[in-house]
Amino acid sequence: MDTTQGTPAMMDDTLTLPRSADGAQRIDCRNIKVFYGQAQAIHDVSMSFPDRAVTALIGPSGCGKSTFLRCLNRMNDTIENCRVEGEILMDGENINDEDVDPVLLRSRVGMVFQKPNPFPKSIYDNIAYGPRIHGLANGREDLDAIVEKSLRRAGLWEEVKDRLTAPGTSLSGGQQQRLCIARAIAVQPEVILMDEPCSALDPIATARIEELIDDLRSRYCIVIVTHSMQQAARVSQRTAFFHLGNLVELGDTNQIFTNPREKRTEDYITGRFG
Amino acid sequence: MTDTVRTSAPSAAAARHLKRRRARDGRFRYYGLTAIFVALGALAVLVLTIGTQAFSAATYNVVRYEVTLDPAVIAPEGANRPADISRNVEGFYGLVRDNLLKTFPEAEADRVSRRELSDFVTRLAVLPTARLVANNPELVGSTITLTAPLNDDLDLYLKGQGVRERKIRAGAVSSVQGDQDGTFLLSGTGAFEAVVAGLAAGSVDRAEDAGQPDVLLTAGVSTGRLSDIGAGSARMELLTGRAQDFAQARPAARIIVSAESERTISDRQIAWVLALREMGRVDRVPRWTLLTNSDSTYPELAGGLAAIVGSLLTMLITALVAMPIGILAAVYLEEFAPRNRLTEFIEVNINNLAAVPSIVFGLLGAALYINFLGMPRSAPLVGGLVLALMTFPVVIIASRAALKAVPPSVRSGALAVGASQMQTVFHHVVPLAAPGILTGAILGMARALGETAPLLLIGMVAFVGDVPRSPADESTVMPVLIFSWSNNAERAWEPLTSAMIIILLAFLLVMNGLVVFLRRKYERRW
Repeated sequence: MDTTQGTPAMMDDTLTLPRSADGAQRIDCRNIKVFYGQAQAIHDVSMSFPDRAVTALIGPSGCGKSTFLRCLNRMNDTIENCRVEGEILMDGENINDEDVDPVLLRSRVGMVFQKPNPFPKSIYDNIAYGPRIHGLANGREDLDAIVEKSLRRAGLWEEVKDRLTAPGTSLSGGQQQRLCIARAIAVQPEVILMDEPCSALDPIATARIEELIDDLRSRYCIVIVTHSMQQAARVSQRTAFFHLGNLVELGDTNQIFTNPREKRTEDYITGRFG
Repeated sequence: MTDTVRTSAPSAAAARHLKRRRARDGRFRYYGLTAIFVALGALAVLVLTIGTQAFSAATYNVVRYEVTLDPAVIAPEGANRPADISRNVEGFYGLVRDNLLKTFPEAEADRVSRRELSDFVTRLAVLPTARLVANNPELVGSTITLTAPLNDDLDLYLKGQGVRERKIRAGAVSSVQGDQDGTFLLSGTGAFEAVVAGLAAGSVDRAEDAGQPDVLLTAGVSTGRLSDIGAGSARMELLTGRAQDFAQARPAARIIVSAESERTISDRQIAWVLALREMGRVDRVPRWTLLTNSDSTYPELAGGLAAIVGSLLTMLITALVAMPIGILAAVYLEEFAPRNRLTEFIEVNINNLAAVPSIVFGLLGAALYINFLGMPRSAPLVGGLVLALMTFPVVIIASRAALKAVPPSVRSGALAVGASQMQTVFHHVVPLAAPGILTGAILGMARALGETAPLLLIGMVAFVGDVPRSPADESTVMPVLIFSWSNNAERAWEPLTSAMIIILLAFLLVMNGLVVFLRRKYERRW
């Protein structure tokens, strides 16, 4: 199952926490079931996410891939009537436990949304907000360093370094999305969840984000939900195909796209439905 | 929309359909325009009627009196401390009356005319001068010019509103002959032809029982009443001044339509006030007292200061109570409360509360605050609390709408970087909703500012002559003052009421302007 193509860690590693060795499983999900009221959206899904690799979740609309993604940082808690069953292990700890603080969890598991949603504040404050509320910076210089590092890592620094006080909403769509990624990076997460991060962007901006995802892979466990199979093929190392709330097939991206084991996967990939 | 860009011509049926559809569009647009013009027209009529009324109350006539501050009168032995002087209304009033009697000695003749002359100025009108002298004792013994507002009826007369009259320029009077009964015979070729014609023309539209119209003839500071008017001569009873003034003059005649007994001012008073004006002692000045005086039983002295301060104090209490409660309730209900039967019930009842007639809140306030909690009657404290009860459902509803308008992406963005729910709400959602929340709160306050009914029930309708110093003092508010003034019988209150309405509207405009300003300044797009 382990097909991670690990790359050596970069030198400036101050933003990343010590983590498990290459190839280890960062998140292990066991028998996840999600209910919206009476309706079951996810049926008994078990899968794991390797560290320092991109896992893509693909599938037709309404198949539950976004719902599943939101289980990983307990964003489903904010939805009324939504109930999650099963175990999600991170560092051997079940994040669905009552005594796990979802707020702390979300600082370890960052998230980027479909539509870029920078705060209506300055670029600087967008990045600095997370470190501030978590007390990650001691003083102004420290915070400045975090902001610069996060923006550099998101490939946005050169474009915005002269206008950090400009509102984040004044950037273009692609820049906004990279700002959101920088914002997620700034709180030093171990996992980054991306919910169709490019669906609101033009192809050039999409290409930049994909490059960025590829760069980030060396430090984070990345889970991306996408509608574009080409994108999944380009950026991910592992792919999971969801259909009607079931995990149909999970495997190496190459294998899924070239030699799917399941008929349904093949039908979807070749465009027969979805 | 246009079919000129179509490549193929539409069929006849389709063309008819298209035509009908366009006609519908056009009609709808006209309906909308009509609705807007009707609304604007109503607004214009309102502003014009109140505005013209108020305009006449924006100025008033004051009379100047040269008085010598005789120490024996205003600061007699044993009563010459500043406090005594400021209370010595009778003394100052006596000076004014003596000055008037010196100017018009004929008023000494009988009690009635003495009273008519002293009516020119109300006793309390000398209070500001008394206070001035009390604060500057060195003025005692000197001669000063004392200015006092003219009696409201005479003020209206000078503004051309009190009495219906027609002015006619008479011809040259060539001779004035005294008669043994004290009257004068004025003659001049065709001198009164115009007056006779005017009387004839006027008699047509007069009621049968209106009595004989009075004709006054004025030359300079002198005025007389005419009788036995013919084209070339008339008999005149001199009211004030000297008969010789009429000789070789072209006097002005006034045909006063209503009889003297039906008027609030007599012919003599008219004669005197015209003389005062001729002497240049009457000035029409801006009526700042409307903003600096408190309520009075005399319209020429009445002002809205106590009511304005009362309104401000009441609004302060309302804001302090309704805004925090309303906003916190809205934030809790919108962002934290679970959706269940209980919160639904609360929600429905908040909406119901907003629809409760305001007078019911007044009853509640009277029962709860005054009877049960024993708070002072007629006080801004109670008024503010009652209005807060009335306002805070409005604040809750507006704030919830503003919070709902904040896109969920902002919330999830904050949650995703690990903000707690409270951090999300207070760092991101509330700042974005703040302009909307403030708008709702200020509009709610504006509604409370114009509220009359609930305040009547807690006794804020009482006559209040003093500016309230604290929220626990007796007070009234602007709309209640307007209500009280509009109930007064004298005609002079009518323009005053309008002026007070304009002041109230000005306050409301300022509040609404503040809303627009805040929204422009702080509204953020996302």
